[in-house]
Amino acid sequence: MPTVGVKRDLLFKALGKTYTDEEFDELCFEFGLELDEITSEREIISREQGDSKASGASDVILYKIDVPANRYDLLCLEGLVRGLQVFKNKLEAPRYRRVSPVSGEPQKLFITKETAAVRPHAVAAVLRNITFTQERYDSFIELQDKLHQNICRKRSLVAIGTHDLDTISGPFTYTAKPPGDISFKPLNQTKEYTATQLMSLYKTDSHLKHYLHIIEDKPVYPIIYDSNGVVLSMPPIINGDHSKITLKTKNVFVECTATDLTKVLLRGEPNMLSSCSLELAYRKEKLSSEFINQKVGINESTEKIAQLLTKMCLRSQATGVGDEIEVEIPPTRSDVIHACDIMEDAAMAYGFNNVPHTTPRTYTVANQFPLNKLTELLRQDLAAAGFTEALNFALCSEEDVADKLGKKISETRAVHISNPKTAEFQVARTTLLPGLLKTIASNRKMPLPLKLFEISDVVLKDETKDVGARNSRRFCAVYYNKSPGFEVIHGLLDRTMELLEVKSARVDGYHIQAAEDSTFFPGRCAEIFARGKSVGRLGVLHPDVINRFELTMPCSALEMDIEPFL
Amino acid sequence: ILKNNLGMADAGVAETLLRRIEKADGGVDSLEVASSLGVDHQVVVGAVKSLQALGDLISAEQRSSKRWELSEEGTEIAEQGSHEARVFGSIPLDGLAQSELMKLSFGKIGFSKAMSNKWIRLDKAHEGGPRIFRTVDSIQDQVREKLVLVQKGSSSQLEEKDRNELKKRKLLSEVTVKSYWITKGSSFSTTITKQETELTPDMIANGSWKEKKFKPYNFEAMGVAPDCGHLHPLMKVRTQFRQIFLEMGFTEMPTNNFIESSFWNFDSLFQPQQHPARDAHDTFFLSDPALAHEFPQDYLERVKKVHSEGGFGSQGYKYDWKIEEAQKNILRTHTTAVSARMLYKLAQQKFTPVKYFSIDRVFRNETLDATHLAEFHQIEGVVADYGLTLGDLIGILHQFFTKLGITKLRFKPAYNPYTEPSMEVFSYHEGLQKWVEVGNSGVFRPEMLLPMGLPEDVSVIAWGLSLERPTMIKYGINNIRELVGHKVNLQMVYDSPMCRLES
Repeated sequence: MPTVGVKRDLLFKALGKTYTDEEFDELCFEFGLELDEITSEREIISREQGDSKASGASDVILYKIDVPANRYDLLCLEGLVRGLQVFKNKLEAPRYRRVSPVSGEPQKLFITKETAAVRPHAVAAVLRNITFTQERYDSFIELQDKLHQNICRKRSLVAIGTHDLDTISGPFTYTAKPPGDISFKPLNQTKEYTATQLMSLYKTDSHLKHYLHIIEDKPVYPIIYDSNGVVLSMPPIINGDHSKITLKTKNVFVECTATDLTKVLLRGEPNMLSSCSLELAYRKEKLSSEFINQKVGINESTEKIAQLLTKMCLRSQATGVGDEIEVEIPPTRSDVIHACDIMEDAAMAYGFNNVPHTTPRTYTVANQFPLNKLTELLRQDLAAAGFTEALNFALCSEEDVADKLGKKISETRAVHISNPKTAEFQVARTTLLPGLLKTIASNRKMPLPLKLFEISDVVLKDETKDVGARNSRRFCAVYYNKSPGFEVIHGLLDRTMELLEVKSARVDGYHIQAAEDSTFFPGRCAEIFARGKSVGRLGVLHPDVINRFELTMPCSALEMDIEPFL
Repeated sequence: ILKNNLGMADAGVAETLLRRIEKADGGVDSLEVASSLGVDHQVVVGAVKSLQALGDLISAEQRSSKRWELSEEGTEIAEQGSHEARVFGSIPLDGLAQSELMKLSFGKIGFSKAMSNKWIRLDKAHEGGPRIFRTVDSIQDQVREKLVLVQKGSSSQLEEKDRNELKKRKLLSEVTVKSYWITKGSSFSTTITKQETELTPDMIANGSWKEKKFKPYNFEAMGVAPDCGHLHPLMKVRTQFRQIFLEMGFTEMPTNNFIESSFWNFDSLFQPQQHPARDAHDTFFLSDPALAHEFPQDYLERVKKVHSEGGFGSQGYKYDWKIEEAQKNILRTHTTAVSARMLYKLAQQKFTPVKYFSIDRVFRNETLDATHLAEFHQIEGVVADYGLTLGDLIGILHQFFTKLGITKLRFKPAYNPYTEPSMEVFSYHEGLQKWVEVGNSGVFRPEMLLPMGLPEDVSVIAWGLSLERPTMIKYGINNIRELVGHKVNLQMVYDSPMCRLES
């Protein structure tokens, strides 16, 4: 969720009203915003860099406001104020339209076919006759940055460049060239660099280094020239220094390059100053007030619903044909793609908290998932049998499920994660045993014996499933004491089988028989068979396993599938 | 620790003590008793404690008093005389060579003191080296006499000036002594009857319990912890949430599939393929098995169409939807992936209204902190029926949270790619005196439901929350690692109360 920082006093001035923090918080809440933090520049610097750095910083109160991810039109002070003013019926929703220049031809941007290999789309616009103040300028730059971070997906989908039109001359050309053939003076640098040099220069730039990957491996880089060969920008990395905007800039040339055509057309720049986008298409939708009343659970007149929608910058009116409403969707509301989006805006304007509570009359009989029902019942009785429940992570390292247990990772049928941030998340566990042993290792100061169990899912590769893997519900228990206590774990198995109504018998019931397993001490491991099928193992752990889990006492363990007992 | 029976030696002292108390007016002091019996004070203290354990035989009040005691050096002087007196005593009538005197242990200190007392003189010019002679016939060793007084416990006879002088010479020190002032108790007697600790089968059989006296229990002490196992607190809370859903008539979904395809986790929920939640920063992708290979083909085509071109009344997202992206296997980021599978399955039959719930693990490749882990349990409720409204969702959320003991709710508009409207649920936290987010909810979008084949007039409302957060609040745990995972404190598990969510 993007956060917008605005100066409180400027905000109130623009809203034409002073609120207490609580009142403003309430207003935000109703409108679907969240007043996340009340702070100041000094407070922010002092928190991030220490008190010493903060001296001299501004004490002006800042509001940090969380904006929902779909509302690109609220990402700056101006947009917020407009949204709130319309919501409070203090302002009419603005109408954006494209205007031709008073004199001369419209500017043109030509796109060459070379761009297809790297960043195929571009649109451009001009903002004319504007007056920057320091505040407006800052807000303009910050809005551009917020758009880059959000709808533009960190410049990967769309990158925006803004230029002082009076320093350059159209028509403009958007093309792509090998990096060695591009050379210009980038923003805030004093000399010219080739594109290749720039990429290595920005490798260490804390801000720009995040965007380099977007074009780095491409044979050609995107580049925009004016008619005199002046470089405007090398999207999505950096603008040229020549055309940079300043407080004195009167006319702004905006170019947007993109890998996604829909997003570049939707981009919400017009909010701020005047209209600019290539096509400022307003769309009309018709829906019935009955639809909205029915979906929200209210009963309002067609006119009232049209008013509610208008409050949300969706100009609406009753057409007079039955309960039909015509709604105009502005180009800034790219998130409105279905009648349900319009319905939501009506509900917001009505106030979620004003909607009457009703109870669905849906008659149903509840059923438990049989595997979970068995798990719940078994857990209770295992605790009653003196074992304490542990709860461990489903993700772990390869070492945990393989090397430490004396196994090879290739034998485990483990699913592997391709992008783990640390070794703790390399695989999904294939056995519950490592988690229980690690729980004991973290609790070595507790009085002995330690008797633990867990019933949880492990994950195994299984080609018969659509995703190639499945969960398997396991029961694992360990006994940790000065003596191995095989008889204790064996007794727990007997008790478990008793609970599951499986008698001790070779054919129809359960039995155990000697088995070889590198996790267990030789001669101290047995396989568990139930109704002729192998369901798990129990035994005394191998001393190497005990050591690898940083334990010092003998330990016996049991792990088995419980799904066969459903 | 109190002994059940008094030991023989103790018993003697204890009986003597009882006789003294009987004779005494008012009471006796344990220190005095010790000194008059010639036993160590600790022996008397032991007898006092043993007698106290027998009931109200005596009552003893602790007192502290100050007393002068001899240092090690002071004790030596009290026994053998002061250094200066010993010097005087070791000089024969015909004198002693100074070098000989200095060889004695007390020589050096005693010499200067005896000189200043003018008991001896030094003839430096004596033939054969400096020699010491007595100057008086006899001396009075006052230092020794004073120390002997202290040793006998009569330090009060010394003048304060003397005591300070001796203290300065480190021969005396003042110590605090704890003693008891012992008086008769309410059931005082000079004979000690043996008290029984416990009732035995023999006593029951032969009736001897009628004559026995039983040692009183100490009801202040804790009992012995029962030998039992314990359920994990998070699982106890899970059980209660299951119970609530079952009470409300919700059927449990099979969520035992942690590995999910991007198709069911995202695409089927109308979450576009460039959505940031689908970044490697947020989601765990699999390298093996990397891809899912089986999808309901018709449905997949409808999903592709609604994303890329729209339809079902929607403009769609208008981008190039790729099967390769949908095939990517992940660790599911929400149990809503299972809800999608269940709703798809439901749409393949003649529609009947359903209420579903699940509580299971989900995974996020996020930055970890005190309240966030890479995996957590999601609680989810889903209702599908004809004509459900936003008011129905609000009503059912009130019913659900009331069962958790949460009655003050309000709803904030929010954004979620697959619900419209979307509402964050806030509850008023009396402790924090503010509104805190307790869950998320919404009405599933038509772009999600209609491609599945559900009837157009069916609405599906849903809500979700994490299991860990209410558990941390319930059990007062601040760091999630103390609750979930192997770093759990087992003592916390042993001690945690049952989970009752009051309504």
